[in-house]
Amino acid sequence: MTAAQPLPDPTTAAEEPAAATPEAPQREALYFALRNPKLIVGLSIVLLFLLVGLVVPPLLEHGPNERYAPPLLPPSGEHWFGTTQFGQDLFTQFAYGIRATFLVGLLGGGIAAVIGMTIGFVAGYKGGWVDEVLNMLTNVVLVLPTLAVLFIIAAYVDSYSVTTQSFFIGMTSWPWAARAVRSQALSLSSRDFVDLARLSGVRTWKIIVRDIAPNMSSYLFMTFILLFGGAVLAAAGLDFVGLGPSDGMSLGLIMHQAVKWGALQLGVWWWFVPPGLGITAIVGAMYIMNVGLDEVFNPKLREM
Amino acid sequence: MTLEVSDLQVYYRTLRGDVRALDGPTFGLADGEIMGLAGESGSGKSTLSKSLIRLDGRMRYIGGSVTLDGDEVPIWDDQAMNEFRYKRISLIPQYAMSAMNPTRKIGKMIAELLESRGVRFRDTRDELHRRLELVGLQRDVLDRYPLELSGGMKQRTVMVISTLLNPSLLIADEVTSALDVSTQRAVAETLVEFRDRRFVKSMIVVTHDISLVYQIADTIMVMYAGRLAEKASAKTIIEMPKHPYTKMLLDSLPEVGVKYEDKRLSGIPGSPPGLLKPPQGCRFRDRCPLADKQCLEQPPFVEVERDHHVACWKAE
Amino acid sequence: MLKFDRVTKVYKVGAFGGGSFTAVREASFEVRPGEVVSLIGESGSGKSTLGKMALRIASVSSGTITCDGTDVSTLRGHRRLKEYYRKVQGVFQDPFSSYNPVFKADRVFAMIRSEYHPGVSDAEWRDKVADALKVVRLDPDQVLGKYPHQLSGGQLQRMLLARALLLDIDYLVADEVISMLDASTRIDVLNLLADLKARGMGILFVTHDLALGNYISDQTVILHRGEIVERGVTSKVFADPRHPYTKKLFASVPQFHKKWDEVEAELRAREAADTSSQPYHLAEGQAVPSELVEVTEGHYVQPFHPRAAV
Repeated sequence: MTAAQPLPDPTTAAEEPAAATPEAPQREALYFALRNPKLIVGLSIVLLFLLVGLVVPPLLEHGPNERYAPPLLPPSGEHWFGTTQFGQDLFTQFAYGIRATFLVGLLGGGIAAVIGMTIGFVAGYKGGWVDEVLNMLTNVVLVLPTLAVLFIIAAYVDSYSVTTQSFFIGMTSWPWAARAVRSQALSLSSRDFVDLARLSGVRTWKIIVRDIAPNMSSYLFMTFILLFGGAVLAAAGLDFVGLGPSDGMSLGLIMHQAVKWGALQLGVWWWFVPPGLGITAIVGAMYIMNVGLDEVFNPKLREM
Repeated sequence: MTLEVSDLQVYYRTLRGDVRALDGPTFGLADGEIMGLAGESGSGKSTLSKSLIRLDGRMRYIGGSVTLDGDEVPIWDDQAMNEFRYKRISLIPQYAMSAMNPTRKIGKMIAELLESRGVRFRDTRDELHRRLELVGLQRDVLDRYPLELSGGMKQRTVMVISTLLNPSLLIADEVTSALDVSTQRAVAETLVEFRDRRFVKSMIVVTHDISLVYQIADTIMVMYAGRLAEKASAKTIIEMPKHPYTKMLLDSLPEVGVKYEDKRLSGIPGSPPGLLKPPQGCRFRDRCPLADKQCLEQPPFVEVERDHHVACWKAE
Repeated sequence: MLKFDRVTKVYKVGAFGGGSFTAVREASFEVRPGEVVSLIGESGSGKSTLGKMALRIASVSSGTITCDGTDVSTLRGHRRLKEYYRKVQGVFQDPFSSYNPVFKADRVFAMIRSEYHPGVSDAEWRDKVADALKVVRLDPDQVLGKYPHQLSGGQLQRMLLARALLLDIDYLVADEVISMLDASTRIDVLNLLADLKARGMGILFVTHDLALGNYISDQTVILHRGEIVERGVTSKVFADPRHPYTKKLFASVPQFHKKWDEVEAELRAREAADTSSQPYHLAEGQAVPSELVEVTEGHYVQPFHPRAAV
């Protein structure tokens, strides 16, 4: 009787010593995560902005709406981003504005992500009538003219906070995520390893969380990034036309005021360029992060 | 027609170096010969068939020559190969039947293909109809979408298209693998008919299923790890193989009529070597029960009997 | 005994589920412990559907599947299904699809451990795994701790068999388990299945390859478009096929020492010799009944019209 002793394959990369337990993938993922340039650069940029938004405002002397400086000063040593028509320091406004931007992105994007992913997973995995009912729900919310609804709500309500704005944006932007997650979950659910998990007596929710979701982890993160970006842009849109939250400062609001007070015609570039670049940088950095994350999570891409 | 392949070396570029997928096969094909090219995964058979027509951009031509009807085939030059492809050498790639554009009617697709080769569809239409009927398809197939045809019908359509311009050499890469048993026979016999009617002069049928190729091929060539192991007439390979790999491979194949209780078959232990840094000498050395120090030197592919070539020091 | 009794599977197709498609119709056969039953058919024959129904991955439209007396086709509830899976497991065709690519291959063992043997100590589990791997002739150092893409198809399939052994099952559904492996490794896995049979496991071997069926099976079932056309003791079915479809299959299988023409000539000669009217021949216009007719002891065939084309 011949024993089947497979020879070591010389084309395989050297192995890290890892235990044969399921905790090991997380540790390995961390190892690779720390060595991926795209992930590190993207994450650094995002963290930098986050840091600015969190740490800087308490350190500043003046508030974002305080009119204390000479108007329309270009960037200088004292006013890093210059000043507005009303003598407000733009860097102060920028720092405070980042807070609102992150809040809307995280909260609005987060709510949309949670709702959309839950519905997407359940519809994709279960199929049948569950899928049909959820699809109908998704389609109904999808065809609602969200921006119009948001405009109407904003116009009727006297004042509302950034949190409320995030909530509304989250509740109206999840259908896209639900559809995207559903189609991926559907195709993954037909794979043999899902059947094998069923045959191993694993419960439905565990299969979704432990088997299906990790296979789409970069996809889920990408979905969240797009929802984050979408929320930021929707909020900026609302703020830009003057229908944003009545309290606080946001990057979109800065741009709104810049256009309202003729910064474009006056050539006051320091008023509208930094906030625009800020939004672009945050969302762009998150995209780069995602590409890096895909390489970290997918062992096959790693060996390249 | 004659085909001479001499010391062909084709490697694949990868990030970690060159994979020596094809390392020096030398053989000839006579007029009217159907040669079965057999081997397992990683043997180099698909690389050989694709390199004869230069289809894969990742392949790097290293050396050797291919001569068809006395003309040197420029397999290192993508542009120059355009003259040969489809007109003189034609390939039916693996998965060809799944590669048809699902949004195009078949007739339209053929017309576009011919135009791209500089041939007017109108000129070949009659011949096309004749051949479709020959393989058992109605001419209204041209008005259908690929989705409407069964696997066997699609494969036969692809075969007709590939041979429409009467190439000297046809290479059929795993054309029966995805088909049902009953259709496999029909498709295989169609290949033979193409040769008998001189639509193509000679054929190389690439497959992993030796029993199938035994049914239709005149000769069989066995490849292992990028090199040739043995070539002889189909009957000789099946009944009197000389290379240890061929012998062990044939011994591992269950056949109708053989039962486990009567004759226990066994596989070949181990697995083929990685071709990034292949072992020195004979590549089958690590798995061969007859191997010894002599095998550290690559055995030449020589004719040990009339029309029977083997690459093994131990072949008797 | 794993018994299939008039099992039928109907799928709803078309927009809003208006149409229906019968994948399997009234299939009846048995798998006994220590026996291999080959389920042979081409694509669209319903063989994989039967395997999936046995594993309760697909539901049964009508008919029953009983495992040692218990009706499993209507089992409800997670707990009862889990108990069933202690007795019956499956291995599928594509080894690389059966493993979750983001995890290491041996996670399939860990899943069994956490669901079925939660209290077992690390050392004890390690021994159990090593024993199971030894039966399937794999070296633990070679296969543990590796990702699926670092292992070969043959190793992956064997690991799935080892996984089934960890549960100490009675019946195995092997669905085209070797068709995606290389020729030289196929036979090793096939021999392994024969060893498992010798240990007392009942195996439902689903395949399209007649030669494989012949090699290890005791009983053969031939499926055509969802219906069983012939079944019985393997040696009888292979030596003396009666149904026209079975004969067509045999005529098309490429063999090593006979060309197609020879095989066909043999079959036709036998047919010409047998001109008598058989109990399974139908007259013109008679409908095909669902019960198979006995040819000889242990060999059954579905009645057919002698002159109809297959």
